[in-house]
Amino acid sequence: MHTELLRFTTAGSVDDGKSTLIGRLLYDSKAIHQDQYEAIEESSRRRGEEEVNLALLTDGLKAEREQGITIDVAYRYFSTPKRKFIIADTPGHIQYTRNMVTGASTANVALILMDARKGMLEQTRRHAIIASLLQIPHLLVCINKMDLTDYSEEVYEKLRDEFEAFAAKLDVKDVSYIPISALKGDNVVHRSENMPWYEGPTLIYYLENVHIASDYNFIDCRFPVQLVIRPNTDEFHDYRGYAGRVAGGIFKKGDEVMLLPSGFSSKIEAIDTYDGEVEEAFPPMSVVIRLENELDLSRGDMIVRPNNMPEVTQDLDLMICWFDNKPLRLRGKYIIQHTTRTARCLVKEIRYKMDINTLHRNLEDREIKMNDVARISLRTTQPLFVDPYSRNRITGSVILIDEATHQTVAAGMVI
Amino acid sequence: MYQLDHLKELEAESIFVIREVAAQFENPVLMFSGGKDSILMLYLARKAFYPARLPFPLLHVDTGHNFPETIAFRDELVEKWNLRLIVASVQDAIDRGLVHEERGIHASRNGLQTAVLLEAIEKHGFDAALGGGRRDEEKARAKERFFSHRDEFGQWDPKNQRPELWNLFNAKKQVGEHFRVFPISNWTELDVWQYLHREQVPLPSLYFAHERLCIERNGVLLADSEYLQKKPEETPATYKVRFRTIGDMTCTGAVLSEADTLEKVIEEIATTRITERGARADDKRSETSMEDRKKEGYF
Repeated sequence: MHTELLRFTTAGSVDDGKSTLIGRLLYDSKAIHQDQYEAIEESSRRRGEEEVNLALLTDGLKAEREQGITIDVAYRYFSTPKRKFIIADTPGHIQYTRNMVTGASTANVALILMDARKGMLEQTRRHAIIASLLQIPHLLVCINKMDLTDYSEEVYEKLRDEFEAFAAKLDVKDVSYIPISALKGDNVVHRSENMPWYEGPTLIYYLENVHIASDYNFIDCRFPVQLVIRPNTDEFHDYRGYAGRVAGGIFKKGDEVMLLPSGFSSKIEAIDTYDGEVEEAFPPMSVVIRLENELDLSRGDMIVRPNNMPEVTQDLDLMICWFDNKPLRLRGKYIIQHTTRTARCLVKEIRYKMDINTLHRNLEDREIKMNDVARISLRTTQPLFVDPYSRNRITGSVILIDEATHQTVAAGMVI
Repeated sequence: MYQLDHLKELEAESIFVIREVAAQFENPVLMFSGGKDSILMLYLARKAFYPARLPFPLLHVDTGHNFPETIAFRDELVEKWNLRLIVASVQDAIDRGLVHEERGIHASRNGLQTAVLLEAIEKHGFDAALGGGRRDEEKARAKERFFSHRDEFGQWDPKNQRPELWNLFNAKKQVGEHFRVFPISNWTELDVWQYLHREQVPLPSLYFAHERLCIERNGVLLADSEYLQKKPEETPATYKVRFRTIGDMTCTGAVLSEADTLEKVIEEIATTRITERGARADDKRSETSMEDRKKEGYF
């Protein structure tokens, strides 16, 4: 058995068919159970709807049901014999940009829905820009509601060209397009008989086969230390190991390594797991690394290779998405978390605010409020060991925390 | 090729989260019910710190209405793995007047666990309680964070949760507040079974098909026991059943099953059409019963 895990994100608002699409994927892949189906059948009847409303499967919290909207990220699961899927189902409205950013942060694929009748909307652009900002490796544009445009090839091609022209301005590498009808099921799990002109994969085929094996960075060795394992038992009397999750590169037994921030060098004596020693460790494995000599190394430090170092710096240039009710304070101090390291930081400069509908850089209005995306500079109290976010999503990301309220107030990506 | 299969990737994610708890909190505890999810949690936690000992104790909120098999299994594990166990007793809380027993035939001690759990967290000063909740279990749980903040009353505020990005977990809190942490958030029921099977983890006998005296109530099979209040017309009969979740004897429904090995259980789950909690009377109380209970501080 070798089933891979794929995480994808969707974003959408009430009418673009997002909930119907997810309901369709869950239903057609048989992830829906009978009691869940009966529950939505009953709810549909109570609402006076004729057909079973698959969108109700994604209903969440009480407040969301009352208002008929998605507020928060909801995680949903289904699997096929080839892959297990985790959907981060997020709202699409601008006032929930922060939730979209959250859902996008761990995704391999961004599924962008476009209404075939309406074409490119502000929201379509926003989703694509967020996907590019968060460096989601694969972008899949589903042109939905094809049943309402007579399954027209012409409509599909026009919208595809339109999106392509727009995507050229973004930092996205892999974009694919599929014409679908989530409501009728065309090209979702089953191939459509209504669009013989379309020769590409169905949505589920795409999700099962898109190449995700190289989504992690396997080149630059990065091992942030989570904690030190010291059993102090008779059996493991002198044992000292560094527990962590590989954030980049492939570590091998016998490798020469360098420790940050001390700059000392050492050699990997062994890579341990509960199930025994392993020869090599790569992302996203959780292991314990033992070094040949006893050195001062603790949580927040990093094991790297001597000839391939991250930037060791107290000055960061970031793109951030602001999450908090209170605006970002210029010269304000915040807590910053980067890998397993926590420090404090000072906001030195707000360079510009980016309009996430148009990519326009606003140099005049620098008041950064909730859901705004901006480029800023920080000074930290301690050096951090960073890579550009475009090179490594783990060592290139930070969160900012308010010192008084302890709320997570921003997500940041190292430029 | 450098790629983990989905169970290895889930395992690596859970171990990372469990280690973050040990690193970021001062006094964590692992909530342990004796069910398969908490057995999995315990197993993953052992892996996370190996070869060191588990750096935190287990906390069992004992309703007094547990299946005897659950308690026996728990005690065996504690002994075998040399663990520290704290038991918070619902019976004791009733005797002290902290909580009041529900009356009537649907009486259950399920809801009483919340107050007892919160009291134990406060008494021992725990700042993080690790739980085996999964997002696929229930719609309110689908919105849970890995690190879920609770105020000084132990309450969950689902509308005002901290955003959780990448693998950066914010554990900052005020004095008196605590966190619930859910390292197996991304596992599904099938993932849990497949993993327990692959790793050959021993499980309580309740999970496998056996003959048992049960009564049928509102389409749910409930195990007959001294704790279950029966209507006059409810006569227990013998069924071949197993349990998909293990909670209180009074509200955990059994399912008819012939699956007496892990392979057969997995096969049954892969083809079943009813959700795991479909047989839990505590979830059937209303459409939002889990959300309501979670807000007050339930597991």
